[in-house]
Amino acid sequence: MTTQVAIVGIGMHEFGRTEGVSGMDQGVIAVRRACADAGVSWEDMQFAFGGSMAAGAADTMVSLLGLTGLQFINVANGCATGGSALFSAYNTIRSGVFDLGIAVGFDKHERGAFRVNTKGSGLGDWYGASGLALTTQFFGMKINRYMHEYGISQSTLAKVSEKAFRNGSLNPMAWRRKPISEEEVLNSAMLSYPLTQYMFCSPGEGGVALILARADKAHLYTDKPIFLKAAVVRSRRFGSFEVLAPSIALEHNAGPTVDASKAAFEMAGMGPQDMDIAQLQDTESGAEVMHMAENGFCEHGEQEFMIQAGETEIGGKFPVNTDGGCLANGEPIGASGLRQVYENVLQLRGQAGARQVPNEPKTAYTHVYGAPGISGVTILSR
Amino acid sequence: MCIDVEGRHIEGREGATMVQVPVTDGVFTWPSDHPQLIGSRCVTCGNHMFPVQQGCPKCTGAETEEVLLGRRGTLWTWTVQGFPPKAPPYAGDVDPKTFQAFGVGYVELPGQLKIESRLTEADPEKLKIGMEMEMVIVPLSTDAHGNEVVTFAFAPVA
Ligand SMILES: [Zn+2]
Repeated sequence: MTTQVAIVGIGMHEFGRTEGVSGMDQGVIAVRRACADAGVSWEDMQFAFGGSMAAGAADTMVSLLGLTGLQFINVANGCATGGSALFSAYNTIRSGVFDLGIAVGFDKHERGAFRVNTKGSGLGDWYGASGLALTTQFFGMKINRYMHEYGISQSTLAKVSEKAFRNGSLNPMAWRRKPISEEEVLNSAMLSYPLTQYMFCSPGEGGVALILARADKAHLYTDKPIFLKAAVVRSRRFGSFEVLAPSIALEHNAGPTVDASKAAFEMAGMGPQDMDIAQLQDTESGAEVMHMAENGFCEHGEQEFMIQAGETEIGGKFPVNTDGGCLANGEPIGASGLRQVYENVLQLRGQAGARQVPNEPKTAYTHVYGAPGISGVTILSR
Repeated sequence: MCIDVEGRHIEGREGATMVQVPVTDGVFTWPSDHPQLIGSRCVTCGNHMFPVQQGCPKCTGAETEEVLLGRRGTLWTWTVQGFPPKAPPYAGDVDPKTFQAFGVGYVELPGQLKIESRLTEADPEKLKIGMEMEMVIVPLSTDAHGNEVVTFAFAPVA
């Protein structure tokens, strides 16, 4: 029997734009808040995994938190950086090497769409020079094809955004806290057809830290331990349709999200029908729609009815992105996947305040997706 | 890659000859009356790749050979780039006052692969998944020597 793992402390620095506070400092604040939540001090941490994409090497934060000599490993894994830090922390405890440690992610990005480093991504200069290296184009093209195949309407895309901003308005840590109507979403600037401005999330800032412990010692730190039943990261296979691809194969593969989801359910010994809530990657509203099916929560095309009927609202049958998701929180890449887990811990503890899902949810699911075709999934339970 | 747009235009007008240069070598055949994209084919399994690359992601084989890709295909999916991309890396017009939205899509080349490309059409009413497309060469910008920089695109077949 391998060691079980519990999340015993959570900390977050507000998402959005915080002038004068570096990304690293936001990570440090998240760590201090997580320590306070668990009732531990930084000195108690036996190990740390941390990462950011644009805000510096995470391990240098020890000079602000205290030089305790702990094992600190930097994680850099694109959009799954936070998820990979959590995966690593999870397995470090499961393997029995340490009893208590932390996963931290933070970031601070420049304004506007991500500027793609084509060289760093293994792409020629001609690709960006020709006007092709934009992640927004991929999202527009993927959902356009999906709408064509499965009959998803633009109204449904707009309703996803409307829900995100409404949920964000109930979340004091969210960046965008003003409700935006479906009509306003549809009438905002068309950035990458069929996706309008308010259907896209923006690169932002923020930090999240999660303290993990052996499950049999969790009571030392909290009376509401949340158990990490699965943490999985998967990369793409041949034939999947991914961001920043000058070409794709004729044959079709369902992509890394499907692989990561299946592996996570197997690891947890549960299925999609066992999940009470989910936080799904919503880089844009179409992504949330597609990821509902890719993660196994419905058949392709069923989202049209589910979303129009309000099933994914906080009070609905299957609440999705209860904290407003990336759309309302922005996407500080290093922290984004950990934000989803933070939200699920709050929901499972019953501490989500105005956005608390009713009827005491017992299980919760997270999913991140990003460049260059990588997905991370976690499953939590009370 | 930071180029003074104004400077290039003046030089281009004063220059006696306007030469068309490819945005890069080795991506499409140029100059040519019937330009073609240059890809690779796996010697082991026949898988096609674009642009040219060593090693096959399908079968893990290490040996590939250069191949010229087909010029016609069907539109598999598309979008419209509605705002100026960041420059660099973008070499085209980024002035919000003059920027023209352009189509982007994947064109399925039968028996080969799907190619991501600029499209000459940017009107959502005129772009349909499954429509016939053909490869063309389009102007992108003017370089420091007054040459017209060109790249590849796909155009609806009339
Ligand atoms: Zn091969």
